[in-house]
Amino acid sequence: MNKSELIERLAAAQTELAYKDVEQAVKCILEQMSNALASGDRIEIRGFGSFSLHYRPPRIGRNPKTGESVALAGKHVPHFKPGKELRDRVNDAYQAEPIPAAAPRAARRA
Amino acid sequence: MALTKADMADNLFEELGLNKREAKEMVELFFEEIRAALEQGDHVKLSGFGNFDLREKKQRPGRNPKTGEEIPITARRVVTFRPGQKLKQRVEAYAGSGQ
Repeated sequence: MNKSELIERLAAAQTELAYKDVEQAVKCILEQMSNALASGDRIEIRGFGSFSLHYRPPRIGRNPKTGESVALAGKHVPHFKPGKELRDRVNDAYQAEPIPAAAPRAARRA
Repeated sequence: MALTKADMADNLFEELGLNKREAKEMVELFFEEIRAALEQGDHVKLSGFGNFDLREKKQRPGRNPKTGEEIPITARRVVTFRPGQKLKQRVEAYAGSGQ
């Protein structure tokens, strides 16, 4: 599912807002989430998960073309930890899937 | 301060003029549609923000941290998030206290 499919599903799931409003709302939500992370804030959505920043310390990198060493500064990267409801729903649905998901793996080993 | 669903609903009210109920419902639905897609085994790609991918993990040995007892961690499907280029760049610039 990509962003425009998400917007379509949201527009279909409720009757009050026009497609255009839903589109704006999705952009607004994602922008606010990005802004929060960009200013070092966490995002906490119960049942979905939390986003936080993880720090990567400075390190000596290498230019793969020239082999030259380059000093790389420390930086932050976004990190997502799925919440319990999301974890359980995704995995329960997986466990409930008919066996074919497992069969090709076994076949490949044979 | 952590960003919450309530903050997001307030923002939709202020920025787009949705009424409080519509705003709350929109935020609720936004996360529910993403959960539902992932539950159905569908990856979610939100350009500019990032992708929610699914990975299948094989069974591996685990341990009950309290009792030390060995118990297998069963094969499962998990959600991972890969931040998009734009989000990574914006966050990289954050120079707050590293820890």
